[in-house]
Amino acid sequence: MPSVLPDGEPVPDDGALPGHALAGAAGRPLGFYLHVPYCATRCGYCDFNTYTASELRGSGGVLASRDNYADTLAQEIRLARKALGDDPRPVETVFVGGGTPTLLAAADLTRVLGVIRAEFGLAPDAEVTTEANPETVDPRYLADLRAGGFNRVSFGMQSARPHVLRVLDRTHTPGRPQACVAEAHAAGFEHVNLDLIYGTPGESDDDWRASLEAAVGAGPDHVSAYALIVEEGTQLARRVRRGEIPPTDDDVHADRYLLAEQALTAAGYGWYEVSNWATAPAARCRHNELYWRGADWWGAGPGAHSHVGGVRWWNVKHPGAYAQALAESRSPGAGRELLTDEDRRVERVLLELRLSDGLPLDLLRPPGARAAARAAADGLLDPAAHAAGRAVLTLRGRLLADAVVRDLVD
Amino acid sequence: MPATPSHVPQPSRTDPALIRNFCIIAHIDHGKSTLADRMLQLTGVVDQRQMRAQYLDRMDIERERGITIKSQAVRLPWAPTDGDGPGTTHVLNMIDTPGHVDFTYEVSRSLAACEGTVLLVDAAQGIEAQTLANLYLALENDLTIIPVLNKIDLPAAQPEKYAAELAHIIGCDASDVLKVSAKTGVGVPELLNEVVRQVPPPVGDADAPARAMIFDSVYDSYRGVVTYVKVVDGHLSKRERIQMMSTGAAHELLEIGVSSPEMTVSDGLGVGEVGYLITGVKDVRQSKVGDTVTRLHKGATDPLSGYKEPLPMVFSGLYPLDGSDYPELREALDKLQLNDAALVYEPETSAALGFGFRVGFLGLLHLDVVRERLEREFGLDLIATAPNVVYRVIMEDGSEHVVTNPSEFPTGKISEVYEPMVRSTVLAPSEFVGAIMELCQNRRGTLLGMDYLSEDRVELRYTLPLAEIVFDFFDQLKSKTRGYASLDYEPTGEQTSELVKVDILLHGDKVDAFSAILHKDKAYAYGVRMAGKLRELIPRQQFEVPIQAAIGSRVIARETVRAIRKDVLAKCYGGDISRKRKLLEKQKEGKKRMKMVGNVEVPQEAFIAALSTDDSDAKAKK
Repeated sequence: MPSVLPDGEPVPDDGALPGHALAGAAGRPLGFYLHVPYCATRCGYCDFNTYTASELRGSGGVLASRDNYADTLAQEIRLARKALGDDPRPVETVFVGGGTPTLLAAADLTRVLGVIRAEFGLAPDAEVTTEANPETVDPRYLADLRAGGFNRVSFGMQSARPHVLRVLDRTHTPGRPQACVAEAHAAGFEHVNLDLIYGTPGESDDDWRASLEAAVGAGPDHVSAYALIVEEGTQLARRVRRGEIPPTDDDVHADRYLLAEQALTAAGYGWYEVSNWATAPAARCRHNELYWRGADWWGAGPGAHSHVGGVRWWNVKHPGAYAQALAESRSPGAGRELLTDEDRRVERVLLELRLSDGLPLDLLRPPGARAAARAAADGLLDPAAHAAGRAVLTLRGRLLADAVVRDLVD
Repeated sequence: MPATPSHVPQPSRTDPALIRNFCIIAHIDHGKSTLADRMLQLTGVVDQRQMRAQYLDRMDIERERGITIKSQAVRLPWAPTDGDGPGTTHVLNMIDTPGHVDFTYEVSRSLAACEGTVLLVDAAQGIEAQTLANLYLALENDLTIIPVLNKIDLPAAQPEKYAAELAHIIGCDASDVLKVSAKTGVGVPELLNEVVRQVPPPVGDADAPARAMIFDSVYDSYRGVVTYVKVVDGHLSKRERIQMMSTGAAHELLEIGVSSPEMTVSDGLGVGEVGYLITGVKDVRQSKVGDTVTRLHKGATDPLSGYKEPLPMVFSGLYPLDGSDYPELREALDKLQLNDAALVYEPETSAALGFGFRVGFLGLLHLDVVRERLEREFGLDLIATAPNVVYRVIMEDGSEHVVTNPSEFPTGKISEVYEPMVRSTVLAPSEFVGAIMELCQNRRGTLLGMDYLSEDRVELRYTLPLAEIVFDFFDQLKSKTRGYASLDYEPTGEQTSELVKVDILLHGDKVDAFSAILHKDKAYAYGVRMAGKLRELIPRQQFEVPIQAAIGSRVIARETVRAIRKDVLAKCYGGDISRKRKLLEKQKEGKKRMKMVGNVEVPQEAFIAALSTDDSDAKAKK
């Protein structure tokens, strides 16, 4: 979750949604995102909304700490229950992200999940994921999570190479993430993801190959690989600006992406979103798919974004201000936007085009449709899929997805 | 406080023997406006209080508007104070001259309306090239020159040194050079006395058919065109019908009068008098500088000599940044033309820049002034192509093409190409002679002569192709001489040169805006420079874009913009969607501002940057 919030209109104190937001909700899955804004240390590349202090206070003196954070989240889940009224949908997916969710006790995480279960109910096959830092979990912790209802875990591996991890300020020892996969499997997790980062300054093609090999060797059913983005305002951006670290060329990113595609495909992983590969359709992250398909989700926690039926809102960023609002029974929402039909169409184009399923051509207006035909002729869209009425990116198209989107939304 | 003269001669009935028509030749910042203000005060036409409240305000607008709103001609009564007792009240007409290098012709007409000139030079700076050029014009017009050093109150003033320099230039005695401070008023009454004593009265035939020379013509949105004239022969009276001798067009004289300095209606104007006419015409091209005004009935048969049609020397394509501003640009040019007889333009279409105009100017300064006015007064954002001169191309089959736009340079067998030449004068401290010579040599100049104006100041005279001057010559000159050099030039015909057209191709498509006509020895350097510059400026596309510079079909330089391989944000999750959509909207706005050259998207900024001269740093420092 990026740390900069958009501009928008105010959110009502009770967090109530406009009536139309819930129209047709029965046909859409509902998910929960829970943000944990705490980290032991801040990584130089990270621009997420996260804090290394374990205790933060709101302006009214309300304490937001790691220790009471589960209760604070529970307050927002109860507020969500009120705002969604008699919406009968059970929750299909829960995703705990951060920050470092595993800085909280496993009992805290399962307690929050319990609140969701109590207020909304969980679908029988619900996907319940938490992100985990390899250094903060052990077999016992994982077993507790599994027992508490979590069934998917996502580890931040980033790289197998110590010098790359050092540039990223990651503290875990190489080999630990792979061990985590085994521990998670042993604890009964069916779905395990490893997150990788490529294009870190100082990383060579060989380093990247080694990271990919190590990741697939550990046997997760899902791998995410992200190009390192040097975000403004981060320590890494300052170091690049000062010339201490060379910036990574886009061509290098392209080469690394192709290496990832090659290694992952060879190991039996198939891409289903630009940066995500899974061993089978069932191994895909259903929670993320919910974002990509315009479904409904409630994001709880400081700075978390939500979307319900064309209403998108986001919470105040600071954990203290967040806790303060909830303590006063106010919505922690900082702003919201009501999406127009055209906004939603544009979002569908930009999100669905990133998926291996692509998007239906009938979503495009005539100029966009013409652009799609050109893109198919230029090798950016798959010609067979295009002939069958869908826009699906080719491998080269995946690397130029944003450019294709710009043409297709016309 | 001087006494306001009594028995002031009235317009239309003034004895020519009491008239003194003079102008002030000065470099910008040498104090002409301040001196003029002081004269207005001393002669009592503007009192102390009004001076601040009104006149200076008006001067501010003048400064703002640059070349167009001028004080034109002010009628000042002055009784010399140097004789025994009060002298006879004379009429001094102070005629303004445009101070710009491009307006030599208009300056020459202003000078032709005078019998004398005050050569005003900053006592801390010495004479500048443009002043010198105007001085030569004044000498050609047989004007009496009154040399004056201004700003003698400044600590840095060196009146003795610059008096010697002026004496050397005009061939007078250093003791003849008056020393004044326009700021404090010291020496100004003496100067007015000298104007009366030295400047000869105008001579004309009062009984001949009326002939008046137009020395300025200004459009006023309330009154239409105000025409400033000096009556040479005969008499012009109110409400009579007049005729412009160059065109034969007849007009009703709606109003006639003098400026003192407000417009004051009179019965008419007699021999030697200077004043204004209003005929109701709406466009200065119907009342052209240099033309002769006569009566419609029993008018003169021979016009006064010296009239010339203004001829544009420098052309540039002006395009609105936002294509939808094209109608506004046309309207703005139409308006400017009302007040600028030398401005010519016609619509032009560029594949790269869209719809615009090819605009002809008297020179670079004229171009700058017009462009700045379009941007400031009319709020237009413009792209201007590199200025070019007019070429005459003779083909082997004998046919002739006049080329005002490089992209229209003919293909096929060319026999000869003629380019306009100028005679330029550079004044600078002698330590810079080497640098100036190197620059002029490098710009295909031929040295005509060199003179020391004083021990440490040199005048260099060169013949140069105008094309070399229009391309950042002045900036280069300034930077090579730390700002000390001044430049003036005047056209001296044309010469054949070995010129070629260099085209710039993007992905095989010619970019008309970047075509240039150059001496063959410079074509390669231009090609390499432009290709290199564009490689930096053109964003990577989804395909490789070759950039070529070519003469005809021969490629002389080549660069490549590599294809972009990655244009995708790695992460797009719940919290990224709004940001991503907004970014997309912004990118689409940016895409709208892209110009398509064939299949290549070129941002407008790239055109602007590529068309700007290399030495942008030097420019920023000015």
